[in-house]
Amino acid sequence: MKTLRALLLFAMTALPALSLAQSFTPKSGTEWLSEEAREMQDDEFANPGYFTVDRGLELFNATGTNGKSCANCHGADGETLDIARLTRFPVFDPLTQKPMTLQGRIHACSQQHLGNAPMKYDSKQAIALETFVRNLARGEIIDVETDGPLAPFVQKGKAYFEARRGQMDMACSDCHVNYVGSRLRAQVLSQGQLNGYPTYRLANQRVNAIHQRFSQCENRLRATFQKAGADDYVNLELYLMSRGNGLPIETPAVRF
Amino acid sequence: MLRYPVTSKSLHPGLSFFAALLWLVNSGQPVPAADATLPAADEPYYEWSMENLSITKSLGGKQGDAMRGRKLSWDRGKGNCIACHALPIPEAEFPGDLGPPLIGVGQRLTEGQIRLRVVDSKQINPLTIMPGYYRDPKLLQFVKKMYRGKTLLSAQEIEDLVAYLVTLR
Ligand code: HEC
Ligand code: HEC
Repeated sequence: MKTLRALLLFAMTALPALSLAQSFTPKSGTEWLSEEAREMQDDEFANPGYFTVDRGLELFNATGTNGKSCANCHGADGETLDIARLTRFPVFDPLTQKPMTLQGRIHACSQQHLGNAPMKYDSKQAIALETFVRNLARGEIIDVETDGPLAPFVQKGKAYFEARRGQMDMACSDCHVNYVGSRLRAQVLSQGQLNGYPTYRLANQRVNAIHQRFSQCENRLRATFQKAGADDYVNLELYLMSRGNGLPIETPAVRF
Repeated sequence: MLRYPVTSKSLHPGLSFFAALLWLVNSGQPVPAADATLPAADEPYYEWSMENLSITKSLGGKQGDAMRGRKLSWDRGKGNCIACHALPIPEAEFPGDLGPPLIGVGQRLTEGQIRLRVVDSKQINPLTIMPGYYRDPKLLQFVKKMYRGKTLLSAQEIEDLVAYLVTLR
């Protein structure tokens, strides 16, 4: 009886985990979208996320406190931004010796090069700028570094993703690794990829940033959640973005 | 960069209905219903013990009510079992399928076995996603302040659910 239980336990827990670990293929949340939402996403005129892209473009070309704009350094409409570089965020920031997200880069530029007062992480303006900039790399393949100085931060992000949390006592990986494709009520679970972010969510009818999505899931677990821009969320973004290496950037995607 | 203006009216009507429906299930916002879920009163945590993967004694000696249990099983703000399990309740549409259908569970399992599975399934399978609705709160981590030290459901609610589930034959 004891051995039977042990075997059963192994079959229920270790086996799926093992087989998943060996055959992980990243898949975009788009794979589980309804056809209508997919069409909406693919049609620039129907995808409401493009309002935010346009707003971001305005902000990109607008002059900051010191008379400069993002466009001064990166060309009008971001023409001279290195698209390949955009696929590599979060990157290692030698100054802070930590990972820096794309939005983090935007905050740094805004303060250092435009002389602006700090914006809040995930403020409307910051999200708009991030959406615009990431949209420039739409269709490009995510290529985040996981070795070198970023390696320990990737590991931290992974640990966060796999720790049970909240009164529901679930880990992110419970839903986004073990039960991908299953239904939580009517909602099909995806891998929790970030390639479409910032994304337009039909659920709340606005563009949602990466760290906002994290706290939405944590809130549903009745767990504590972090402030946008917190180290834990930066590491989690790093881990999840690298888990999507090979996926095309779809910003602004459409999601439920 | 010029685009047609898009208003919410230009969304596919079927789509926005579906979106609204899903909003009920998965809102991006903290949902008021969640606040209504604070555990009943300042109930003490009743210790329980298991034997042969079952809890034979009712929690705190409470008497379950199957009708209340039926309601709890698909009440979104309470048990919300329907999120993961199919139930023989016509009004409860779009059940999830993370867990096995609960149809016939009263035939497969004894009352005591059902109680343990609702109270703390992790005693059976430590890696299960099935929430422990009466798991010892001391075993939980990173719990949001308002829920700290509290079980997901009260002892009475657990007994109501158990009373309902044993009738599923
Ligand atoms: C109880 C199940 C559950 C748990 C646990 C959970 N999520 Fe989610 N998550 C969902 C659902 C449902 C969605 C929306 C459908 C989808 O894309 O999977 C979602 C979506 C997401 C998305 C957006 C994916 C996309 O393509 O739009 C991300 C990112 C995400 N979750 C991250 C996390 C993180 C980080 C955690 C842990 C802190 C977590 N989730 C825990 C249920 C869960
Ligand atoms: C997040 C998903 C989820 C939710 C919510 C959930 N369950 Fe489950 N449940 C499961 C899974 C998965 C199993 C399979 C057991 C395992 O994983 O070891 C299960 C198993 C069970 C079993 C054992 C069934 C059998 O045939 O062996 C019972 C009884 C049960 N759940 C009752 C409930 C009740 C009652 C509720 C609500 C108060 C509920 N569940 C909510 C996921 C869930």
